[in-house]
Amino acid sequence: MVEAFSTELDRWSWGEVGEAILGKTSAEVKTALSREGSLGLDDFMALLSPAASPFLEEMAAASRQRTRRRFGNVIQMFAPLYLSNECTNVCDYCGFSLTNRIPRKTLSPTEILQEAEIIKGMGYDHVLLVSGEAQSIVGPAYFRDALSILRPHFSNVSMEVQPLDQAHYEDMIGLGLHAVLVYQETYHRETYARHHTKGRKRNFDYRLATPERLGRAGINKIGLGCLLGLAEWRTDLFFLALHLRFLEKRYWRTRYSVSFPRLRPFEGEGQFPIEEIGDRDLVQAICAFRLLDPELELSLSTRESPRFRDHAARLGITSMSAGSKTNPGGYANGSDALEQFEIDDSRAPAEIERMLHSGGYEAVWKDWDPAYDRANATSNEPATSLLTC
Amino acid sequence: MKDSLVIGGRSFSSRLFAGTGKFSSGETMGACLAASGTELVTVALKRVRLDAEEDAILSHLNEERYQLMPNTSGARTAEEAVLAARLGREALATNWVKVEIHPDPKYLMPDPVETLRACEELAKDDFIVLPYVHADPVLCKRLEEVGVAAVMPLGSPIGSNRGLKAKTFLEIIIEQSALPVVVDAGIGSPSHAAEAMEMGADAVLVNTALAVAKDPVRMGEAFRKAVEAGRTARLAGLGAALGRAEPSSPLTAFLQED
Repeated sequence: MVEAFSTELDRWSWGEVGEAILGKTSAEVKTALSREGSLGLDDFMALLSPAASPFLEEMAAASRQRTRRRFGNVIQMFAPLYLSNECTNVCDYCGFSLTNRIPRKTLSPTEILQEAEIIKGMGYDHVLLVSGEAQSIVGPAYFRDALSILRPHFSNVSMEVQPLDQAHYEDMIGLGLHAVLVYQETYHRETYARHHTKGRKRNFDYRLATPERLGRAGINKIGLGCLLGLAEWRTDLFFLALHLRFLEKRYWRTRYSVSFPRLRPFEGEGQFPIEEIGDRDLVQAICAFRLLDPELELSLSTRESPRFRDHAARLGITSMSAGSKTNPGGYANGSDALEQFEIDDSRAPAEIERMLHSGGYEAVWKDWDPAYDRANATSNEPATSLLTC
Repeated sequence: MKDSLVIGGRSFSSRLFAGTGKFSSGETMGACLAASGTELVTVALKRVRLDAEEDAILSHLNEERYQLMPNTSGARTAEEAVLAARLGREALATNWVKVEIHPDPKYLMPDPVETLRACEELAKDDFIVLPYVHADPVLCKRLEEVGVAAVMPLGSPIGSNRGLKAKTFLEIIIEQSALPVVVDAGIGSPSHAAEAMEMGADAVLVNTALAVAKDPVRMGEAFRKAVEAGRTARLAGLGAALGRAEPSSPLTAFLQED
């Protein structure tokens, strides 16, 4: 019987991990920085710790060097496509939360294609489908159809939607789904329970086991992340690394990516104290993950400021979105209404490409080919249910 | 006598093969490849827009100067690699293919089982197949039997710049192979490339060391010179590299003196 990550997680005490991180010394940071070969979780703790703060420049230099050696001088570009803001969850940090009195919108097949056309026009070939969680309106059948509609238009289609069952993932992988991003938000059970008070998302363990279901389904890539600001960030990121290591050992054919979303202002009533994570902290977190895992894809969204993003590209980040709209239909109607969160960097993709170019990086628009998915396709029949209804 | 390398019926005067990924721009890549003197470049099919007129990589590659060798990087199984190779042949109008199957995304270790299966199928389908493999002498012989055009064992893990960590096994492969041996992956500096050529490799394939150098164009030139130096040294007779002593006057000549 394969052990579940929840069993592993429950062996650790949040408080003790937090204390261990705070107890790290500069000597331990130096050891981690000088280590040849792969780093252990103990090294990672040192790099996340306050003791590493004086070594930030050194960490950044090492992170840059390792990133370039593995990924070269390139940044992968992708665009989010919001399918729906329907949501039956109550999450007090999110603009889509059920109790927020906002108009709800789910894209029709025609609208999906309209969005796709604009995104393609910006140069994108990798697209990330996003939605709120409303199983009866935007459930597996809807995603299946959306995937079938979009697959011919993009080289790479990924999803960031509610957790699904393994069988649904297997089905969608057969249709060409490349990656699934599912952020635990926080690995601290009590904090998780406090912020997720209604809906399916309350089920911490079902969400936690999602990457394992994806791994068993044979997905190409799994995206992990914490919503930075909910719980103490150093400890949360340690548990994220623990999760990553657990998955890497078991699902060794899968690639992994980590994102660093910081809480952003949003539409709604929920207000609560945010655990501050400053720019210096975020840089430290990015570099610590890079040093832990040279091959990890690290992603930064338009939540971050232009200035931060300009520099992050040189620090270890390997993929970026640009010109994003975080509301369904946002590309076609050009409005910001109904968005999930406010974006900070509103520069157009072409502008980001120029920024990257001037810093010695090439923006890569295509780095996958549908041929690799087609070989595994379970069915060649196009899904037409949405198109014909 | 002209020292040229023949693979798949094509003759190469440069023994430096190059990759096209990781460069900061298409212009830099083009200039670096020109300085390196390479005549064979590999292109990841997943990076190429097969339907577009202007491709970020292909538009900087002069097809008269370079033999294009599409690679199947991204494939995790033989089936995926075979399908990608066929699409590449159609789109890029070449039957050359570098079979690259690494299901392990962490160290990009090639899968010997899937690689052998894919190569067998592609060779039957008239591809000129160059597989990227571990420095595994038996696997290289098995690949020879299924009809590949050359073998490309690794020096070290891809992108590691660690040099010829697999040297002991590369020597065996070079000794046993009836096909050209191209050392691929791990070559981080011109001295590594020279070492491989001195050992008797027929060519080397370099990407990361060129693409992420501070000055990729000068590094291209440095690799060109290193590969030429290593090859020349090999031809000049590096007896010691074979592990055999060759005294300047014969030790047993006295036996014939009577």
